[in-house]
Amino acid sequence: MLRFILKRLGLALLVALTVSFISFSLLFLSGDPAIAIAGESANAEDVAAIRALYGFDRPMMVQYGDWLWHALQFDFGVSYYFRLPVADLIAERLSVTMTLGVCGIVFALLIAVPLGVIAAIRPNSLIDRIALFLSVAGQAMPSFWFGLILIVIFAIQLRILPASGADTWQHFIMPTIVLGYYAMPAIMRLTRAGMLEVLSADYIRTARAKGASEGRVLFKHALRNAIIPVVSLAAVQMGFMLGGSIVVESVFALHGAGYLAWESIGRNDLPTVQALILVFALFYIVFTFLADVLNAWLDPRMRSA
Amino acid sequence: MNDAPLLSVRGLTLDIPTSGGTLHAVRGIDFDLNRGETLCIVGESGSGKSLTSLALMGLLAPKIRRTAVRMTFDGTDLQKASRRQLRQLRGDRMSMIFQEPMTSLNPAYTIGDQLTETLLLHKKVSRAKARARAIELLEKVGITAAESRLSQYPHQLSGGLRQRVMIAMALMCEPELIIADEPTTALDVTIQAQILRLLVDLQREMNMALILITHDLGVVARVADKVAVMYAGELVETGPASAIFRNPAHPYTRGLINCIPVPGRNERGARLGTIPGIVPSLVGEVTGCPFRGRCDQRVAICDTAAPLRRLPDGHEFRCVHPDGHRHEEVTA
Repeated sequence: MLRFILKRLGLALLVALTVSFISFSLLFLSGDPAIAIAGESANAEDVAAIRALYGFDRPMMVQYGDWLWHALQFDFGVSYYFRLPVADLIAERLSVTMTLGVCGIVFALLIAVPLGVIAAIRPNSLIDRIALFLSVAGQAMPSFWFGLILIVIFAIQLRILPASGADTWQHFIMPTIVLGYYAMPAIMRLTRAGMLEVLSADYIRTARAKGASEGRVLFKHALRNAIIPVVSLAAVQMGFMLGGSIVVESVFALHGAGYLAWESIGRNDLPTVQALILVFALFYIVFTFLADVLNAWLDPRMRSA
Repeated sequence: MNDAPLLSVRGLTLDIPTSGGTLHAVRGIDFDLNRGETLCIVGESGSGKSLTSLALMGLLAPKIRRTAVRMTFDGTDLQKASRRQLRQLRGDRMSMIFQEPMTSLNPAYTIGDQLTETLLLHKKVSRAKARARAIELLEKVGITAAESRLSQYPHQLSGGLRQRVMIAMALMCEPELIIADEPTTALDVTIQAQILRLLVDLQREMNMALILITHDLGVVARVADKVAVMYAGELVETGPASAIFRNPAHPYTRGLINCIPVPGRNERGARLGTIPGIVPSLVGEVTGCPFRGRCDQRVAICDTAAPLRRLPDGHEFRCVHPDGHRHEEVTA
């Protein structure tokens, strides 16, 4: 198990390094950064001065090494727009995004896993149909639309929840529902499919033949095997939620990291965009790593992989 | 000692609803099993052997309808017993060994977890005691380094070892009845004999009743006290093993026995015995003798009747012919 973890950790570090290089290269793909900083009215001399000031005239690998060295110390440079250290900017915004992401995935799992299990125990029952309807609806409804509907109902009509901002926990209720509901259908369908498959497995019959109760059969013997693919999916979705909750953050005016990324792209604020890409990618890497470890704990066959 | 049979089954019928109509998979079978006895249920694939064993354990899929005139285990009515009562019987007093050792163990738990679970579910024993019992039984089923196996996972063991683990698991609570559903079919031929030998030795040692489901008559001849020959959902012949092998009465039983190649009796390269034809469809109403379509003793009334015939020693079979043979009408 320890060897497995170390192996995965090494792999994760390699991926992280690759991603950091790609995210740094974006700076060069998007045109001359000096022109972006100097603005459209700048003349050639100004651009040259900025190029020298920011070190854009050095070879790319040198710049990358320099950037990476600083990034490892959580120094991502200064935002062109805010004139503030990017690290501080992101740290501030990330707390909102992480709260939202964690709440969203927890909400999604709390709804999706029990519903998927029940749907698998009683296929084609009323509850299975309801679960299917909820998941199709969840997949079909755009998040921004669902968010607006919730605002209309709970903030404008009923006036029980705040429509925008991130000041109290109440502010997170509607965004959590919207973001969680977006992730819920896939998790639920995968739980249901996994449980259906596992429940017909021979070892489930063995468990029953031992005299295990239905609850024990379902949760000890079946769910542990059925949940394995769900763990991988939830990890990817968690990464997505932390990086891609731009729509939800915009609808509810939660100024999180997703919203910051969207703003920064519009403003050509490259150090911020670079740092955000790296942070979001690291989230994916961390969650995939955690999912791999969790799966290896759940399924001993994966430990040798 | 109690003289009543440990297991008594009368008129066990299993119906499976399908889109094309009801499949009458098992139709009115009767048998008794005493403590310490071995009953072999023989028959080809699809004859209802496995369903019968699952019905006894109460492990049928919910959609299969089970009815019986009587189905008792040591005086407990298995039809009237609550789910809880059945659960307390399963694994403790009656246990089952399945056909597929490769998939019958849970991949997520260690051998030790799965072995001790059976004991911990039914008996008030400490984990340490359960572990000791697991090691004892692993040694009994011929597994070396038993203690270190406890922390291994199923995927680390071969099929033969896994089946030994399954047998050990079935024995954890010293059951009075073991049902083994083709326990060696999925294994290498060399391992088959070992596992079977082991099972039968342990059964004798622990004085358990054994229902061995198989399609291998060679095995039956070696281990059975009683034989029940199953064909298309009916028991066409039952009785003491010695009587059945000496005097197979039903044409199907005779056909099965003729299918066993005997070195010396069958010439090299000679055609092996076969029973031509296929098993009839059991969807819809089933009348007469199910074997008539493949029977060389067939007469007209086989379409409607297959009366039960009794021979001495509790040897019974179902056939229109009193001795299982068609006697040609004497022609002038």
